[in-house]
Amino acid sequence: MPSSSTTQAPRVHQDDVEVFSYDEQITRLFVLATVIWGLVGMLVGLLLALQLPFPEANLGQYLSFGRLRPLHTNAVIFAFAGNAIFAAVYYSTQRLCKTRMYSDWMSRFHFWGWQGIIVSAAITLPLGYTTSKEYAELEWPISIAIAVVWIIFAINFFATLKNRRVKHMYVALWFYIATIVTIAVLHVGNNLAIPVGAFESYPIYAGVQDALVQWWYGHNAVAFFLTTPFLGLMYYFLPKAAERPVFSYRLSIVHFWSLVFIYIWAGPHHLIYTAVPEWAATVGMVFSVMLWMPSWGGMINGLFTLRGAWHKLRDSVVLKMFVVGITFYGMSTFEGPMLSVKSVNALTHYTDWTIGHVHSGALGWNGFMTFGMIYWLLPRLWRTPLWSDKLANAHFWVGTLGILVYVISMYVSGITQGLMWRAFDDAGRLMYPDFMETVVQVIPMYWARFIGGSLYLAGMVMLVVNVMMTIRDAPDTLPDAAQIAARKPVTAGMSGDGAPGTGAEGNGTAAPTPDTATASDTPSGKDDDDDDDTPRPGTKKVQLPTPGDD
Amino acid sequence: MGRFIDKDGMHRSLEGWPLVFTVLTTIAILVGGLVEIVPLMLADDAAERIETVEPFTPLELAGRDIYISEGCVGCHSQAVRPFRHELERYGEYQRAGETVYERPFLWGSKRTGPDLARVGGKYPHLWHVRHMEDPRSTSPGSIMPPYPWMLEQDANLDVLPRKLRALRALGTPYSDEEIAQATALAEEQAAEIAREIEQQGGPADLASKQIVALVAYLQRLGTDLDAAPNVENELSDASSTASGSN
Ligand code: HEM
Ligand code: HEM
Repeated sequence: MPSSSTTQAPRVHQDDVEVFSYDEQITRLFVLATVIWGLVGMLVGLLLALQLPFPEANLGQYLSFGRLRPLHTNAVIFAFAGNAIFAAVYYSTQRLCKTRMYSDWMSRFHFWGWQGIIVSAAITLPLGYTTSKEYAELEWPISIAIAVVWIIFAINFFATLKNRRVKHMYVALWFYIATIVTIAVLHVGNNLAIPVGAFESYPIYAGVQDALVQWWYGHNAVAFFLTTPFLGLMYYFLPKAAERPVFSYRLSIVHFWSLVFIYIWAGPHHLIYTAVPEWAATVGMVFSVMLWMPSWGGMINGLFTLRGAWHKLRDSVVLKMFVVGITFYGMSTFEGPMLSVKSVNALTHYTDWTIGHVHSGALGWNGFMTFGMIYWLLPRLWRTPLWSDKLANAHFWVGTLGILVYVISMYVSGITQGLMWRAFDDAGRLMYPDFMETVVQVIPMYWARFIGGSLYLAGMVMLVVNVMMTIRDAPDTLPDAAQIAARKPVTAGMSGDGAPGTGAEGNGTAAPTPDTATASDTPSGKDDDDDDDTPRPGTKKVQLPTPGDD
Repeated sequence: MGRFIDKDGMHRSLEGWPLVFTVLTTIAILVGGLVEIVPLMLADDAAERIETVEPFTPLELAGRDIYISEGCVGCHSQAVRPFRHELERYGEYQRAGETVYERPFLWGSKRTGPDLARVGGKYPHLWHVRHMEDPRSTSPGSIMPPYPWMLEQDANLDVLPRKLRALRALGTPYSDEEIAQATALAEEQAAEIAREIEQQGGPADLASKQIVALVAYLQRLGTDLDAAPNVENELSDASSTASGSN
């Protein structure tokens, strides 16, 4: 990696402008971490996928399926998706607020703290230190560290909002706010426990209560870690890449508030027909079905942003990735409500269908949105054209095929399991009383999933190669480019405000609704503030004054 | 509605107030959880109590912690649903009252292997020993990983008093004596199980090993409910409603 300077944000006060810069290096760090941990996490996933049809691949105590499974989920969720989210937040928040992050120090603390947490997860989980609560397996010392790092992140983020030079917060920021607040609440609520050793503890909740609290957390980890931040990512990067304003401002308001309100209620759909009170399971089911609407609100706002720009898909791997990602979001948020319906859940719960659902969301939505973002960011962050468009396209196709093979094989195996478990013969006895019969039956599907996973991982490797080669070609130093902003806080209506009704200059994401854009506005999300583009002739890029000029 | 979401509507102003926006978002995300969880915390669970459900013995607790540590819950559920096919395959469906000492709950979300909530007493101890050592020796075709080290590594029984004390602080009714004697009680139970394993033709000298603690735990699963006097009646109700709703 070429050395890149992390200069402090200088504020050169001239008569009526301020010169400042964005912290690019922090985004670069998070992008690199995303790629590295993505590779690791998916490699572990592939090992799991091999261990199921081929148990000889359980390589001793520390690398047996039971211990590696939480390592996979933690690595892909918190390390791969997590670092991707942070890259998106740090890149877009600065631009949407037209200010540098509040504190470079806090940004660095967040970055290194988070990587430290991941490394400690990668060590403690194979050693068998786990709370056993899904997606909250990390034991109490690490869990405290997560809370601390998250709070620093929150302070840094909200202080940046306070310093913003753009009056109105763009929709991506709403989703980031929801993410930061809710994850803090969920994490603390679900991890309350009494330590009984350095890496052992018992939760303060027991039985039914523990189950409800865990799935209040678990479901909303999906909601506020794998959904809302990715919607924020979509709202920023998709209009940028498509050079089109977001389809509908009103829809974004309606779907934001209904999504964050309804999601929280849906947790008990993980506990249908268990000992949790019937009313709770029913409420969970009803709200899950309602959730379909706001979820599709997001999908529609995403896909319709491409209206009139579909031809751009041919040349843009970024847009292709986004379109497939959003489509899988739509599919998994249709599927999810369906799986929450009691009679459907009776068939699918405990089966591989759940695994298929998970990975259609995870590989399709989280994975492809992340890849699209990275392909868009690479040339801008490293100020070099992407090393190979062809390779990126190959990644797209191999990855898409991989998802399909993975997901379809899991649907087949899930339905097979569900039907075999419940089958009775004519005499009213279980048709397959020996559980083993149902295991043997789905092994071919496990092999198919292994192939699908291999394809997807192959795509990931292509991304890694493209990242490495692009960085190799990058200039040796990458100083943060200076930005200019009006000195006084910008108020509504002034140019520079990213307000939907007043044009697009501020955040480059333009008027969310076509009807609010006046003729004089930039009708598209074109990068007319060129803050984040590779330098082009004729742009007003200013070389950064040396630090200390202030 | 229009006034709220128009381009110059109230929401537009809200977008200029991050603090208010954050407070409103926080309220929006708190409501659902509070409504669903708080009633359960306040509810008097006496109604759900089942007389015969007792806390785990110290050795079973040690076994349970091994179960947690190995991640068994990733493949095995412990929550039988009230459907006829599950009742036939596994036994009674899950009752709230039998989960009161489960910290954490281990119901799981995936059945790569069968449900274990009622496995207690289903197999002899030796079967479990062999099965854990090499699953395919007892269950040809099984895809479960082998756990041979459980027959070699000692269970950590010295921490048991500390664990019982923590659990009592949280509400599990262990007596002072049980806490003080936890390690000795565990060793006693382990010696007995090890003896039975040997009698069944298994290896000797397993008393201190992890496998014995795990077997103690597995053999306990579901047995408290079986002992409950009034379960029979409920079951017949349940199977009729279950087959109706399924
Ligand atoms: C090469 C890619 C991947 C492969 C081969 C893979 C494979 C697997 C396997 C074999 C399991 C265990 C399934 C079981 O217990 O039956 C699993 C679970 C899981 N994976 Fe992946 N995975 C991959 C990528 C991802 C990604 C990118 C994410 C998330 C962003 C993800 C999230 C999860 C989750 C949440 C579970 C647990 C599901 C549950 O408990 O219901 N995986 N994966
Ligand atoms: C409207 C939105 C959604 C609803 C209502 C929903 C519903 C559900 C339901 C009912 C299950 C439980 C299946 C069972 O255990 O029987 C489930 C599992 C899961 N879903 Fe979704 N889903 C939604 C969207 C998503 C998305 C977009 C993702 C991923 C990015 C996702 C990730 C997961 C994961 C990781 C699990 C596995 C939890 C476990 O470990 O058991 N879901 N979902």
